[in-house]
Amino acid sequence: MIETTELTKRYGDKLAVDHLTMSIPSGQVTGFLGPNGAGKSTTMRMILDLDSPTSGSAKVNGRRYRDIRFPLHEVGSLLEAKSVHPARTARGHLQWLADSNRIPRKRVDEVLELVGLSAVAKKRAGGFSLGMGQRLGIAAAMLGDPQTLLLDEPVNGLDPEGIVWVRSFLRSLAAEGRTVLVSSHLMSEMALTADHLIVIGAGRLISQGSVADVVAGSSSSHVLVRTPEVSRLMSVLTAEGAEVSTDVDHALRIRKVSIERIGQLAADNAVVLHELSPQAASLEQAFMELTHDSGEYQTELKPPPPPSTTSAGGPN
Amino acid sequence: MESIIVLWANVRAEWVKLRSVRSTLWALAITMAITVGLSALFCSTRVARWDRMGRGAQLIFEPIGFSLNGIFLSQLAIGVLGVLVMTSEYGTGQIRATFAATPTRGTVLLAKMKVFFLASLVVGEISSFAAFFLGQAILSSKSSASLTDPGALRAVLGGGLYLAGIGIFGLGLGVILRRTAGAIAVLVASVMILPQLVELLPSPWNDDISKYLPSPAGQTLFHITSTRPSLSTGVGLFVFLAYPLGACLIGWVLLRTRDA
Repeated sequence: MIETTELTKRYGDKLAVDHLTMSIPSGQVTGFLGPNGAGKSTTMRMILDLDSPTSGSAKVNGRRYRDIRFPLHEVGSLLEAKSVHPARTARGHLQWLADSNRIPRKRVDEVLELVGLSAVAKKRAGGFSLGMGQRLGIAAAMLGDPQTLLLDEPVNGLDPEGIVWVRSFLRSLAAEGRTVLVSSHLMSEMALTADHLIVIGAGRLISQGSVADVVAGSSSSHVLVRTPEVSRLMSVLTAEGAEVSTDVDHALRIRKVSIERIGQLAADNAVVLHELSPQAASLEQAFMELTHDSGEYQTELKPPPPPSTTSAGGPN
Repeated sequence: MESIIVLWANVRAEWVKLRSVRSTLWALAITMAITVGLSALFCSTRVARWDRMGRGAQLIFEPIGFSLNGIFLSQLAIGVLGVLVMTSEYGTGQIRATFAATPTRGTVLLAKMKVFFLASLVVGEISSFAAFFLGQAILSSKSSASLTDPGALRAVLGGGLYLAGIGIFGLGLGVILRRTAGAIAVLVASVMILPQLVELLPSPWNDDISKYLPSPAGQTLFHITSTRPSLSTGVGLFVFLAYPLGACLIGWVLLRTRDA
């Protein structure tokens, strides 16, 4: 269980994290979502006592991180930036980490095996690819066999093979009943791996709940109705307090009234329906909508420039 | 008790860190090579020129401290290694792994000081003794000393301690400044450039200030006589050690409050 209370971090006049109160439930994978610059990494660093909060507090299993004697046994972490000395071998890196928390040396070989780095254990970490570096980081996080894991953007920059590996690894952690907080700005990834979501934007909590709740809360979720009697159904629905927008081909998009109620109203008023279907927003849409006003750098989506009509003056 | 267990675990971790990077071995080998190599060079040129020296110069020649003068250059190698023990962690981002593993940062610093002090003391003493014996062997035809001479053992042991002290001074500067280039610049400035600059001040300010600087104060540890006004060995030891310990103390205060 990780809890933050009014956690705040200010850099100069910029609030990186703004009175963030959240709790990460035990035994689940919690996706920590937000656009770049939303304060995810800063929050994770404050939970680990690497950065000190301007105000507020963070607790892991009811204690401040700094009060845990050998924290690697309780909390494993993978931070976004590589935190390995490039001249040291993979095994050397894990060995000093193990020693610092009195973890038996044989555990080093176990975690190397776990992440598939046994063959390069004696190679310098500086020569590792991004994917191998990430595996080494995950090996380090698993060293103390912790019940809680904090992973900051673990799939960032990985190739498809690496992404699949991290994804299945996260699933196996969840299956073992570990508490995982995994940050990402990739929705699709979270839809596949997380049970619970915490969405932040500009350092503030935007939404927190199960994946289904967050999606349902999105206004992109609506009911699609097609009927030849558009205007009659519209007046019935608006009288019911529904929010109705018309679409092409006799279609109506309806919000704020349940699908059951719409069917009932249509039957009561003898309106013919050709289609009545729920339209769930994707997690992606829900996220875009939630964080729309909080992105650090926003750009209007511009249509691509029209193809040039005059032929380009090529060399031939 | 609790914190002793954490400290001891970190001493082991820091020992693994120190010996699992090849540059450590290089820096320690260079420290040794410079201390011993310069002793051989200085002593053999002194022997070659002995007859051209005046009678007075021959009489005041002090072979013990003379054979240890390579320390003035080799202190840079060990000092830079001390700097790197800390700044390489900041430069590579490893510091976050270190502090996530041991959130009590003072314990990490203490473990680093302990491990690096012992490693540089061992290397310093070996260098110092080797420089002394090789130097005396070369000087033996003219004017040499033996380890049983008054002050000789103290000076040779002092030479090793001086090197270890400069190593810890570098470590402390590394904690304060976090950047390799900046910390090395301050190290070189304080042990090599500052004494030269103070020299330019009007007398008696130059002598009054100079003797409290790290290298002149530390020099009292491995020199028996001095051509310039200097502190006694006891006071010199105290003043000299204030630099490494002071730097580490300032670093510790900063470490507690700073974001990693």
